[in-house]
Amino acid sequence: MSKRLNRREFIKILGAGTGGALVGASTIQTFAGMKTASSADLITEGSIEKTPTYCELCFWKCAGWVHKKDGEPWKITGNPDDPNSHGRFCPRGTGGIGTYTDPQRLKTPLIRIEERGKQVFKEATWDEALDYIAAKMNKIKEKWGPECIALFTHGSGGTYFKTLLKGFGSNNIAAPSYAQCRGPREEAYLLTYGEGVGSPERTDMVNSKCIVLIGSHIGENMHNGQVQDFSEAVANGATVITVDPRYSIAASKSKYWLPIKPATDMALLLAWINVIIEEELYDKEYVKQYTYGFEELKKAVKKNTPEWAYPITTIKPHLIRETAREMAKNAPATLVHPGRHVTWYGDDTQRVRAGAILNALLGSWGRRGGFYAPAKAKVEKYPLPEFPKPKKDWKDAFPDQFPLANLALSSGICDATIPTPGKDCSFKGWIVYGTNLPLTLPEPKKTIEALKALELVVAIDIMPMEITGWADVVLPECTYLERYDDIRISPGRESTIALRAPAFEAKYDTKPAAWIAKELSKKLGLEKYFPWETFEDYLDYRLKSIGSSLEEMKKIGVKKLAHDEDLYFLNGEEYEFGTNTGKIELYSTALEEHGFDPVPKYTHHEEPPEGYYRLNYGRAPMHSFSRTTNNSYLTDLMAENVVWINPLIAKEWDIKTGDYVVLKNTDGTKSNKIKAYVTQRIRHDSLYMVHGFGHRQKQMSTSYLKGADDTNLMSRVKIDPIMGGTGMRANFITFSMEDV
Amino acid sequence: MARYAMAIDTKRCVGCADCVVACQTENNVPIGYCRDWIVQDTYGEYPNLSMEIRSERCNHCDDSPCVRCCPTSASHYAEGGIVLVTHDECIGCKACITSCPYDARYVHPEGYIDKCTFCIHRVKEGEDPACVAVCPTHCMIFGDLDDKNSEISKVLRSRKYKTLIPEAGTKPHVFYLL
Ligand code: SF4
Ligand code: SF4
Ligand code: SF4
Repeated sequence: MSKRLNRREFIKILGAGTGGALVGASTIQTFAGMKTASSADLITEGSIEKTPTYCELCFWKCAGWVHKKDGEPWKITGNPDDPNSHGRFCPRGTGGIGTYTDPQRLKTPLIRIEERGKQVFKEATWDEALDYIAAKMNKIKEKWGPECIALFTHGSGGTYFKTLLKGFGSNNIAAPSYAQCRGPREEAYLLTYGEGVGSPERTDMVNSKCIVLIGSHIGENMHNGQVQDFSEAVANGATVITVDPRYSIAASKSKYWLPIKPATDMALLLAWINVIIEEELYDKEYVKQYTYGFEELKKAVKKNTPEWAYPITTIKPHLIRETAREMAKNAPATLVHPGRHVTWYGDDTQRVRAGAILNALLGSWGRRGGFYAPAKAKVEKYPLPEFPKPKKDWKDAFPDQFPLANLALSSGICDATIPTPGKDCSFKGWIVYGTNLPLTLPEPKKTIEALKALELVVAIDIMPMEITGWADVVLPECTYLERYDDIRISPGRESTIALRAPAFEAKYDTKPAAWIAKELSKKLGLEKYFPWETFEDYLDYRLKSIGSSLEEMKKIGVKKLAHDEDLYFLNGEEYEFGTNTGKIELYSTALEEHGFDPVPKYTHHEEPPEGYYRLNYGRAPMHSFSRTTNNSYLTDLMAENVVWINPLIAKEWDIKTGDYVVLKNTDGTKSNKIKAYVTQRIRHDSLYMVHGFGHRQKQMSTSYLKGADDTNLMSRVKIDPIMGGTGMRANFITFSMEDV
Repeated sequence: MARYAMAIDTKRCVGCADCVVACQTENNVPIGYCRDWIVQDTYGEYPNLSMEIRSERCNHCDDSPCVRCCPTSASHYAEGGIVLVTHDECIGCKACITSCPYDARYVHPEGYIDKCTFCIHRVKEGEDPACVAVCPTHCMIFGDLDDKNSEISKVLRSRKYKTLIPEAGTKPHVFYLL
């Protein structure tokens, strides 16, 4: 391959000494309607228009501007007034126009019909599609009750369907972001501090002097403001301690990289707590004033010395001590990052709690460089009539289980849909908004079983994702660039709101979620829950309540509101925490009440059998999982995922970088073929891939069968007994050489 | 007079490629092509590793073989030492592509040679180039080396830096902070 060709691959990953390993691909195509400039100076000519938006390519919801030139889509940039982005979008947000121009988008409503014994979709009008849904929903309500319909949701447009479902009489509303992602984190912090971490995270990383990343690959996860804070802290000389079996980007910015043996993080956290207590490095005043159960904690971790942790974690005792001292030296400006995707091994609430306890010992909660108190704009809600009271909910299928789950479990609703003797499995209808469940929920066989058992499946999406293939009715939503949405109210250092207005006319026969939900409400006789005439009226009403207006927001996009919260509130002030004892609970009375360990304990997790490796997975900065893998700007940067393999393992299997391999798990499930990336950057006991690839939906031809789907290999999960999270790092995989 | 240059902090860059997408959209670079790109260099063996990440582009060299070899003078020095290609004058002979040690140029599907312009159209309006303005890690500084008080002049005085393939003798004006 010539050097010239290599460059077109955008991202060169070179391993010195091992030769170049190239990742990336190039599809060559141009968009109709996109003109190329004939010289550098011509670019600013022509008429330019700007429309405010907030990004929908991930949950960070950065606010920015959509630019048009001569009426044609041009670019998206950040709004400098926005605290989530500081005027800088991430690669996904910057490439957002690729989502709008994607020629493989859903274009019209579809209804599944049977034709000559075959299931096919027929194009339908909105009226037909919504009539069909309403009739089925009413039938389910009559026969089994309104609670037998569940909603899965992710993203801004989900809120209208939440309203619809509540009006209909069901409270079964789940987001995979809880039980499959950050649920254990929220519960762990709630148990310890009486408050969650929230999103965007209330971490004061920008002011941290020491940052501990244990299960967080900042920089590869492009959570915009957080990456900016991290980079700023690094530039200011913060000591970074990264615990990761993989030499992540963050590890490369760290003073200490601790390549821990996977599944043993709890042992390291307990050993750190042990050192900090035994060497009396903790913040004595803070611990005395604000915490509960120090003596119990001290007793419980007595045995968890660095020497005890060494054979478990493979991290040398002197390094455990040194890093613990480093944390204490910089405290309280030391942040033990709470992580985000924390559903790993089933004891996840406990593991995250160990980190929360460490933060408490360092006195970083409520202090500069640790965690701040977030401000959140208070904007009046549009008045709605009261919702009916549901008679049952998803929890009825799990009596005595997951006592501390504060939100519905997607996986729980899935389980409660599969007919099971002796279990109250009564779900008959799913409305699925923007969540591609087959590539999201582990144990995909179960998801399929549930989908097959349902009377009604409605998928509302932008792309023909895998879930749409299982739907009875598919409703094509327009992209975020073609619609209004509710006001963005994010927690943060400042109290701000942001507006999303349509920059473009909706393409094809697509509609905004708000319109879809309102029209469906009319068919169900629930229009009283959508009392606004147009969505502009709705927004204007809310904006006027804070002294702004739709007109003003269209001009400024982001507005900062006054607020009087103190960012740092635990510098000796009296404070009542929302826990049983009103203190930071090092010893959790709530966990004790429910029969769980009040202080986290180490549990040994199963290890891979001979010849197998632990399946680890994560993010790449240019993708939001399967949501973006068909966006041509972003596939240009990364068209398929690769599997990271330590050179020793690669040698054993005679695999070279660039070879396609097939992976299989201990249950014999095989992956799609995936390119090998042989690298020193990973341990020998695990393999790693970026999640969200391996689409199996032909209609998305850009991403069809590109790379492998890790979810497909997750046939085993470890359930967190505290809140029902699905631990997904319990799967072991190997190479299926006969398939290469 | 001005001498424009860029300093890119390898300590901050996370290799997210936002600079690539921002350039593509700003300059209507067609999908499948790019004017800037990312290089990740990893050194060492597990677990003793180090890594350098660079966002690369045309170095707007002082002594540019691409300008020297261009038969039509389409490749030329513009204000502030920026190296540009006048698309209308370019005959697509690719001499410059062969001569550039950095592989900074490509053939645009419309037939002419294209590459980084330091977003001169933005610089003229007092803005930073698109890649600099978008970078979420704030790792790039663009400015005028002739102005001793510019941020870039200051950072090049206070930090260690390198240029790429200095032995080619092209005098690059993209500096990598180490
Ligand atoms: S972090 Fe990136 S994808 Fe997420 S909202 Fe911001 S710009 Fe969009
Ligand atoms: S945008 Fe910034 S951090 Fe991202 S790759 Fe480019 S230079 Fe590096
Ligand atoms: S980097 Fe290449 S194209 Fe740019 S000025 Fe130097 S020689 Fe010319």
